[in-house]
Amino acid sequence: MNLRKRLYRDRLARTMLMVCASILILAIVAIFFFVSSKGLATFIVNGISPVEFFTESRWLPDRPAAEGGPVIGILPFVVGSVCVCSLAVLISSVFSVGAAVFMAEISPVFGQRILRGAMELFVGIPSVVYGWTGLSILVPFIRNHLGGLGFSWLAGSLVLSVMILPTITSVSLDALRSLPTDLKEASLALGATRWQTIRYALLPAARPGIATAIVLGLARAFGEALAVQMVVGNKKVIPHSVLDQTITLTSGITMEMGHSIMGSLWNNALWSMALVLMLISLLFIVIINKLSKGSAYR
Amino acid sequence: MRAARREDVIANIVIWSIAIAIIALLSVLLAYLLVRGVRYIDIGFLVKPPEVIRAGGGVGPLIFNSFYLLVLSMLITLPLGVGAGVYLSEYARQNEFTRAIRLSTQALSSLPSIVVGLFGLLVFVNATGWGYSLMAGALALTMLNLPVVVSITEQSIRAVPKDFREASLALGATTWETVWNVVLPSALPGILTGAIIAAGRAFGEAAALLYTSGMSSPPLDFTDWNPAHPISPLNPFRPAETLAVHIYKINSEGLLPDLRRIADGSAAILVLVVLAFDLLSRYLVTRLVNKT
Repeated sequence: MNLRKRLYRDRLARTMLMVCASILILAIVAIFFFVSSKGLATFIVNGISPVEFFTESRWLPDRPAAEGGPVIGILPFVVGSVCVCSLAVLISSVFSVGAAVFMAEISPVFGQRILRGAMELFVGIPSVVYGWTGLSILVPFIRNHLGGLGFSWLAGSLVLSVMILPTITSVSLDALRSLPTDLKEASLALGATRWQTIRYALLPAARPGIATAIVLGLARAFGEALAVQMVVGNKKVIPHSVLDQTITLTSGITMEMGHSIMGSLWNNALWSMALVLMLISLLFIVIINKLSKGSAYR
Repeated sequence: MRAARREDVIANIVIWSIAIAIIALLSVLLAYLLVRGVRYIDIGFLVKPPEVIRAGGGVGPLIFNSFYLLVLSMLITLPLGVGAGVYLSEYARQNEFTRAIRLSTQALSSLPSIVVGLFGLLVFVNATGWGYSLMAGALALTMLNLPVVVSITEQSIRAVPKDFREASLALGATTWETVWNVVLPSALPGILTGAIIAAGRAFGEAAALLYTSGMSSPPLDFTDWNPAHPISPLNPFRPAETLAVHIYKINSEGLLPDLRRIADGSAAILVLVVLAFDLLSRYLVTRLVNKT
């Protein structure tokens, strides 16, 4: 092949690769544009007040105008999501950070060989399988031993806490591993025990990384749809106890999108919920980037 | 001093218990799913079409749909994702464009899959006029999996030693020839691992598919392999319910008398396939790494 042809191919390849990379930008811009344009229609076309949208606790999108008109309030969905996800993160963080400490400091060999493989499998199990397991074991267990219907905030949080375990563990583990060894050696040289070193030197130094891990776990929990939908009961009320039924943004959208007609107020309101969900996930990214900027180990 | 040592021992026990509890949870979960599900898996279950309200159905076409959708989506995802990963690691300069790509990748990876599914409904299902279709589902899966493939490709290409590139360039190869003949082959184990992770996610995904590839399939004629025919299994523009979507659908409808059997059996198949993917990626990595 002559040189000119080779250089032409070089330039061509470069352009094609650049196009591949540009598609990522195109994808996110398109998603943002389409979801926003549908999601904002509730406020612009249907004239629902954004304040009412966020603070009203009744969701009656198909009630005829004669009976008081449609009422659109997503408060139960938002509160449900926040409740289910925060409890899940609370449960999962303890186990995840424990597992990360185990792999980084206590037993790297056992940790590498077995615990890491276990985490890969936890990631691999599909979310509907988690949902089905929750529905067939956890829900009856809660009903028989703790009370209530079984479909509950608690069931949702427990299922989610297992699903986000690998996310929080692997990011915390990276944070612990990236610490300079001087830190550990200095602490041990001062006569600290292994636990004192972990507790007073390593964990504080890894705090920004662990915080990032927890926010990532929270983001994943917020976005999970089917596993949660299958176990929380989907009752549109604000829960008062962990045994109460609840509903989340994702489970609401999943269930009702198929029942509403494109372009109707009900359908637009569901798109607004999707927009809220998207904005929340972008907010998590901003928080994560802020956290990692401030992560300089001092 | 003694208190400190006792605290050390207690902490050690607590952390060991956490690790053991996690392993125990995984073992119990897998054992439960497999023991309960595998007993329902027989030839009839694997080949019969699903029923809507009667007992005795199978999941044959659903398994086919899951794998076919997986192949379709990987055909789109891999070239794009590996291409973008190569661009980021070998060509990208420190500028606004590169920063925009990185930020988009990050944003895409954190989007809830249901949002990606809804976007697919709007664009791939309605705007294109395809309706619920395998192609719409494959494109939605591509959007979910691109960030994974891009970042794993970039990582594994960055891990290729600089000497390799310099040696190739010094022999007079162009940048592209270096990438194609030297860098990509060395990064192959990593890229393959990324591809298998993406494939596993595509196989188990359901939320993004409910409103793109749909929750039902037309009756299929498994003797007709012309992709242009509407009832051919290969037609990429037909609706297709996958195995993962089926588990969700039968539970939300609650109409099947033998729901437990179908759901347990399907869950076991999903878990077995996930385990197979996991083993495959381990095998490939050790084999390819030992070879080079």
